[in-house]
Amino acid sequence: MTTSTPTRPEDLDPMTPAVGTRRKLPRYGGVGLYVAGLVVAGLLTLLSGFSWGLFAVYGVVLGCLVTYVGSRVVEGSRKATDRLVTSLVTSAFAIAMVPLVSLIYTVVSKGITRLDGTFFSNSMVGVVGEGGGAYHAIMGTLIITALASLISVPVGLLAAIYLVEYGRGKLKKALTFFVDVMTGIPSIVAGLFAYALFAIFFGPGVRFGLGGAVALSVLMIPVVVRSAEEVLKLVPNELREASYALGVPKWRTITKVVLPTAIAGLGTGVTLSIARVIGETAPLLVIVGITAATNFDPFDGRMATLPVYAYYQLTQPGVPPQFGIDRAWTAALVLIIIVMALNVVARLISRFFAPKTGR
Amino acid sequence: MAKRIDVSDLDIFYGNFKAVEGVNVSIEPRSVTALIGPSGCGKSTFLRSLNRMHEVIPGARVEGKVVIDGQDLYGSDVDPVDVRRQIGMVFQRPNPFPTMSIYDNVVAGVRLNAKKMKKSDLDDLVESSLKGANLWNEVKDRLNRPGSGLSGGQQQRLCIARAIAVQPEVLLMDEPCSALDPISTLAIEDLMTELKDRFTIVIVTHNMQQAARVSEQTGFFNLNGVGQPGRLIEFNPTEKIFSNPDQKATEDYISGRFG
Ligand SMILES: Nc1ncnc2c1ncn2[C@@H]1O[C@H](COP(=O)(O)OP(=O)(O)O)[C@@H](O)[C@H]1O
Ligand SMILES: [Mg+2]
Repeated sequence: MTTSTPTRPEDLDPMTPAVGTRRKLPRYGGVGLYVAGLVVAGLLTLLSGFSWGLFAVYGVVLGCLVTYVGSRVVEGSRKATDRLVTSLVTSAFAIAMVPLVSLIYTVVSKGITRLDGTFFSNSMVGVVGEGGGAYHAIMGTLIITALASLISVPVGLLAAIYLVEYGRGKLKKALTFFVDVMTGIPSIVAGLFAYALFAIFFGPGVRFGLGGAVALSVLMIPVVVRSAEEVLKLVPNELREASYALGVPKWRTITKVVLPTAIAGLGTGVTLSIARVIGETAPLLVIVGITAATNFDPFDGRMATLPVYAYYQLTQPGVPPQFGIDRAWTAALVLIIIVMALNVVARLISRFFAPKTGR
Repeated sequence: MAKRIDVSDLDIFYGNFKAVEGVNVSIEPRSVTALIGPSGCGKSTFLRSLNRMHEVIPGARVEGKVVIDGQDLYGSDVDPVDVRRQIGMVFQRPNPFPTMSIYDNVVAGVRLNAKKMKKSDLDDLVESSLKGANLWNEVKDRLNRPGSGLSGGQQQRLCIARAIAVQPEVLLMDEPCSALDPISTLAIEDLMTELKDRFTIVIVTHNMQQAARVSEQTGFFNLNGVGQPGRLIEFNPTEKIFSNPDQKATEDYISGRFG
């Protein structure tokens, strides 16, 4: 090795043109090629009678193929591979969005007919066909979910604090395992559990709101524990040590340093766990039942809840059935709106309570 | 204020692993004592055993004696929380509380311990502590801004202010400058020279010049091999350590002929 001529990229690979002279597709060339592929796929499906399923399959295959070949001819193989992967990932994303978008479209288009004042102000007392509303079911859902949160949030948060701050060794491992198992419990099991529990005291056939709240808590507590645990683990250990080093006892360190630091994440987790259980149907069907009238007392008697209401409006719509079915869709729409609102709230919480840096 | 620390036959463990063995040392009040030595030889571990922060780690324990002005730190009737109020600590990475303002960070030790104090007294405490940490002039106009919005060096001085606001007798510093730029480092070194009038200071540092500049006494930690416990090889006045140390290992380490 005596000479030290600097090697230029083009010397290494005679097939690669020098930087700057490389040919490129125009700005939207990749998208254009993919759309061309889609058009061809559309024509192809038309030949054998159009169907969306076939179009999707042909579309993805041809879209990716045309993009790849087109890019390879113009830009070379490295860029073409890049474009192929991009189109595959984007196609997969688009396919994943299809059920979600079509679900929202269906619920909105069918639910909008009855999204009126009557729906929010009337119960189902004396309603056979037209009219009627879900006021009683909305209130029922709010009351039962609030009660469930009242039980689950303190229990869940304290359990998470135990696991992160105090738990050690085998006991901690066992508890974590059971929490994981509980996260996967089928919701009907929670309902049957609550039913069996309260049947001991009140006899068979017991139906009341608090029972539903207990059933929902069985589902909600593990979710709260899991999310709170993750958030608490994210609080840097250095902050705990800083606090201990100031001579602050452990419990004050937890309440004054760890929890405030984690408050945004905790709030988000709690909100999302509420969203998780607010649409539960099976347990409420078993232990809360349904009623046509408004019942504000969760300690006594059946209550209506939105998901169960939707279920009964759909399965026993009355005559003519159309009105009941419309009410079912509107109830579904209201549930989706509530869940979306909870998600927005969760985001706002994490935005407003996050520790500020403010340089 | 300012107390003397006597350590005798101290062994420090993480579970079954003996991290530090057989430390015997006397740390003088109103002086700066530096601890130097290669990474992993147990300097931080030793430092944390001086204010019972060591036992915060699960499975960690200590054998031997640490006596502060006649009081055995590890006596059965001693509450570690009280010990930590007397012996403050500054960590390697600045760790102000992110949810608190600069003001609240300084008074965190008072507030978190639920001591009742008048607003005017608190104000005075904040001012004197921040002045003590040479930070007052830089932050006096933005005491209500978050502490995490300061630069690294300012954050570290904020942590020092927070530590001295609880008026400890001893201040332990674990590589307080290793995450800082030279100018911030200088600011903190100046600060140490001022603080030693009031506190007993023990500082771990990887920077030999720093040890030489700020300390009266220097201890050299070393370990014989991986998995072996660290030992305090030599403890002498800083001048002696840097000019003619008793031990060959110390000389090798200081002159960079190490390992
Ligand atoms: N939390 C811990 N758990 C177990 N071993 C530890 C822990 N912290 C430190 N050690 C071990 O103790 C020894 C001394 O570490 P340390 O005191 O951090 O050294 P230094 O501060 O001198 O670099 C090392 O062998 C290290 O691996
Ligand atoms: Mg260290």
